[in-house]
Amino acid sequence: MSTKPVIVPSTDRTVSRRGFFTKMGMLFNGFAALVLAAPFARYLLSSVTHGRGNGYLSWVPLGHVDEFPEGETRLATFQNPYVMPTDGKTVDTACWVRHVAEDQFQVFAINCAHLGCPVRWFPQSGLFMCPCHGGAYYRDGSRASGPPERGLFEYPYKVENGLITIKAGELPTPGAAMASLSSEKPPCA
Amino acid sequence: MRLIRNIGEWFDHRLQLAAPIREAAQHPVPRSTASWFYVFGSAALTVFLLQVVTGILLALIYVPSAGEAWSSLQALNHGVTLGWFIRAMHGWGSNFMVAIVLIHMAQVFLFGAYKFPRELTWILGVFLLLMTLGMAFTGQIMRFDQDAYWGLGIGASISSRVPIIGPAVVKLLLGGPIIAGATLSRFFALHVFVIPGMLMAFVGLHLLMVLKLGINEWPMPGRVVKRATYERDYHDLTKQDGAPFFPYAIWKDLFFAAFIILAIAACAYYFGPFGPTGQPDPTIIQTAPKPDYFFLFLYAVLSLLPPSLETPFLLIVPPVVILALILLPFLSGEGEKSWKRRPIAVLAVLLIAITLGTFTRLAQFAPWSPHMNAWSGDPVPENFIHGTTALERQGALVFQVKQCRNCHSLGDIGGQRGPALDGVAVRLTQDQLIRQVIQGGGNMPAYAKNLSPAETTALVAFLETLHPPKQAPARDASREFVVGDNAQKSPGTQP
Repeated sequence: MSTKPVIVPSTDRTVSRRGFFTKMGMLFNGFAALVLAAPFARYLLSSVTHGRGNGYLSWVPLGHVDEFPEGETRLATFQNPYVMPTDGKTVDTACWVRHVAEDQFQVFAINCAHLGCPVRWFPQSGLFMCPCHGGAYYRDGSRASGPPERGLFEYPYKVENGLITIKAGELPTPGAAMASLSSEKPPCA
Repeated sequence: MRLIRNIGEWFDHRLQLAAPIREAAQHPVPRSTASWFYVFGSAALTVFLLQVVTGILLALIYVPSAGEAWSSLQALNHGVTLGWFIRAMHGWGSNFMVAIVLIHMAQVFLFGAYKFPRELTWILGVFLLLMTLGMAFTGQIMRFDQDAYWGLGIGASISSRVPIIGPAVVKLLLGGPIIAGATLSRFFALHVFVIPGMLMAFVGLHLLMVLKLGINEWPMPGRVVKRATYERDYHDLTKQDGAPFFPYAIWKDLFFAAFIILAIAACAYYFGPFGPTGQPDPTIIQTAPKPDYFFLFLYAVLSLLPPSLETPFLLIVPPVVILALILLPFLSGEGEKSWKRRPIAVLAVLLIAITLGTFTRLAQFAPWSPHMNAWSGDPVPENFIHGTTALERQGALVFQVKQCRNCHSLGDIGGQRGPALDGVAVRLTQDQLIRQVIQGGGNMPAYAKNLSPAETTALVAFLETLHPPKQAPARDASREFVVGDNAQKSPGTQP
């Protein structure tokens, strides 16, 4: 080509045809991005939105009352109600069941209220001890010593036809819904 | 030879890369920078590339599924030819990378290289450090064992403390309500796609800026950085006292890079791969999870902080530290570069290094954690029960059976959570011992509900024997006057 197109920086407010289409093209792409942003964000946040309210929580059978002798605290395991095909063994969860008297129980989360390590029960001294940072709890789950700022997390439970069921499904963490659930009076206590 | 040159020219006629590469390789650098102090940046890049290679090799076998990751790691360790070596290279490579990045950062700081006009290079470097730590943490999760599982629990517990959005952050982090399949998958995506992609982009920009702005000259005391004159001075310096980077300076980088690769290979060969430890089965609770070495300091800090300060510390300190690092080049963008004229900079580096080092060392002992098996496993040293009465021996039994030993050591054996009790009778009188056992206090649980009066009597009788042979136990002098001569009958004391 012999003549090069001369681009004159426009000082007036006229818009060239090409300039207009370029801007429209950008806008169109912006619109396409917006259309995609919504489903992308919903997909990304699905694990949060699913859990709104009591989304992940449901009643899980723990075992027969007879498996937990009165006055003792025993380890029990249950399967988390929300299962994905690739979960493997991680859906199996442990908890401590204290049979206080008759139909009165306490079901403690295995996770220390400090940073979630698995606490162990020592019947001889009546203490739960955490191997990580040295948190200790009394037999009723209240804080005895160490860094935890509160007692052990408790699952709400009910006893029906000799079967203990607990409301579970979320990892108990200091800020999670379960922490506030535990302050609710269990239906049978 | 001519054929090779012709082929090369054919490609370069199309790619047109030879000229810019030659220009970049031979750009003049101040002669003073051809120093062994300047090799850590290229070493970090070398280790990063090594991590990419070993990471891809591992991905040929590894399965990022919560149900199968652990078995695929076992297969790598024991089934696949040299799988253990590739795992060990990747694991040791990560340790080396964190260490080299930190050394590089300290060197850059002490040499004043973050000052004008290299502020953005430093800021990108801060993000590169964060990404390196992010790779280290997510990499620890890839080793999907007990430590990874409970480490995720710790991460979730920390995140849940963020006000208001805490619980949502936990679910976003875990990809669901609990640590499970989705958790490993999303950390896999972070570890192999998201963070490495960002790392590559940032490393590219970081390097580009080193090329464009020139490597920091060797700082001379008195040669002060001024915005108005620095770039001209630097230009003059490279003209008068410069040499082409290739080959004048690069040979040291090359030697150090090869040395580091061989050092990683040697560590991998002699020490082997890291883990995996036990299966990630949450019902196996006989575990004491510990983070990898780069996060041990955090483990120590979280144990030693007063409980009420913990959440503010976790939520406020990291952003403040990151912000301070980002603001650093703007707060001291000019002035002296030499560490010889910047005593506070030197002290700051020393203070941070000593603090991190001390916390890391402490975390290897973890004196704050109870020894979960001390009560049943650790013997009472012979000299502590030699010549004791039946009551005192009964007390020694109570001491063991009630797990006192998990937190208190005797003869340097046992937990270190509470004070060693070798000489407790010198510190506390009988009444004080009883009170301490029954009511607890000072971070000790109260044992009133778990000790019968007979057990308490026996336990305290044993504790009162715990004093050095020629030192009398503590006694309450007033009691003798109030109750009479026989009131305070401490075993082992002369009447």
